[in-house]
Amino acid sequence: MAREAYITGVGQSEVGVRLPRHPLLLTLDAAREAVADAGLTFDQIDGVFSFPGKAAGYLAFSPVGTEDVIEALGIKSKWQMGAMEQPAQLAAIAMAAWAVKEGICRHVLCFRTVYEAGGMAQPEIYMPARSEGVSGASQWTSPFWATSAACWTAQYANRHVHKYGMTREQLGQIAINGSKNAMLNPRARAITKEELTLDKYMSARMISSPLCLYDCDRFSDASTVIIVSAGDALDEIKATPIRIAATAGSVDRYSWDQVEWPAAYETGADLWKRTDYTVDDVDTVQFYDGFAFLPITWLEGLGFVGKGEGHKFIEGGSRIARDGELPMNTAGGQLGAGRLHGFGFAHEAVTQLRKAAGERQIPGDPKVAVATSGGGPMAAALLLARD
Amino acid sequence: MNPPRPKPKLDAENRAFWTGGADGKLLIVHCDDCGQWTHPPRVLCRHCQSENVAPTPVPGTGEIDTLTVNHQPWAKDLEVPFVIARVKLDGAEGVYLTTNIVGSPVDEVQFGDRVRVVFEQQDEIFYPLFEKAS
Repeated sequence: MAREAYITGVGQSEVGVRLPRHPLLLTLDAAREAVADAGLTFDQIDGVFSFPGKAAGYLAFSPVGTEDVIEALGIKSKWQMGAMEQPAQLAAIAMAAWAVKEGICRHVLCFRTVYEAGGMAQPEIYMPARSEGVSGASQWTSPFWATSAACWTAQYANRHVHKYGMTREQLGQIAINGSKNAMLNPRARAITKEELTLDKYMSARMISSPLCLYDCDRFSDASTVIIVSAGDALDEIKATPIRIAATAGSVDRYSWDQVEWPAAYETGADLWKRTDYTVDDVDTVQFYDGFAFLPITWLEGLGFVGKGEGHKFIEGGSRIARDGELPMNTAGGQLGAGRLHGFGFAHEAVTQLRKAAGERQIPGDPKVAVATSGGGPMAAALLLARD
Repeated sequence: MNPPRPKPKLDAENRAFWTGGADGKLLIVHCDDCGQWTHPPRVLCRHCQSENVAPTPVPGTGEIDTLTVNHQPWAKDLEVPFVIARVKLDGAEGVYLTTNIVGSPVDEVQFGDRVRVVFEQQDEIFYPLFEKAS
């Protein structure tokens, strides 16, 4: 029987806005918590995987690389990978799963560290130098002041408004649900201080229609670490292992404006081709919500509802609440708990499946979760299961 | 007064697109072998990989496929609101352009509106903006 891959440890640093703590130390905090959770020590880690690797030209976006972690934590790595050119953030965890299945590594430390709030306070170190001009994919959007992914996502969202009748009251349920859950997440204290009401949401200033201020995640400083272990190394693990039951990712065109549908639809369909589980087995979903519309694309892309029906499913918020039929973003998502950039969704999926989420724990005996990442032309998803 | 637009860095692949407006032309890479269009521009056809490609004028008209009214000033002194739209080009199957719709109040710009290109010059760059055709 083929070797399986499991998430055996999760860890997270303090999550804050303009934290004084150095991002490498935030990474250390998360790594220590994750290996302790698994019951491992750093000398048992033999692989380090990340998204997107150290962003030398824009350190606030990604201030720590795999080599920094290998050096600083004294890891003897058999394989490392940190790259932007992956389907999306969680692809790094998918690749770690393949590495342990292949027998290259036994325990891989996967991390995502962000310093996008603190970095702005020290621009000379962390922010990009002023450039002579735009090139690459951004040259097709920035010259028209579509400089933010908010504007790109807004165009997909507005098509749902126009074509399928999505209302702001419906869309607002993503941020409202996130804020309710964030209020029960001790790590979200710096991001969400009070519950978001529909009134407050409806009166928020618009960023790029139909996305308002509360539909956009907030720059944060944090590190999230996920330990991925080989199925034949579980005797070294003390925590409840969560199996990576399937992985999927896709990029059709690396362009936000030349694709008709975001990659979530293709990746969502692919995920189910690689497992016997179906949408009916899923107990909770942790959907990337850097912008509030993106979870709607995942609901539709994964087939929980048909295309153009996601906003109806979330109407009123009861279905995606913690006690609803499909609890979503139970730690608050990025809208409620900060822009952890993808890895927070894997962290929370594991926490819920282990029934270790404390006050925000969903009821029942959750065994299967989906965690997703990406937006627009890039997507990656994990199907996680407690055996 | 709006700040200068972010300026594309010209290279072998994108130069024709960003400077074609000097002659009033919207130039999209066309394949003379398979007849299909490649955008963003490349030195080969993305459909058949032929190198027999050239920036070729298209009518400069199209239809608004989707849009957003942007309210956030992403740069100092940027005047808001304004429309960011994705225009489906006529005569270049499968090609969309992200652009601004100018010359109309933002609430008069709708899905499906017919639009035509107007170039805005800034140094050597001719930005293809669009205005309502009627």
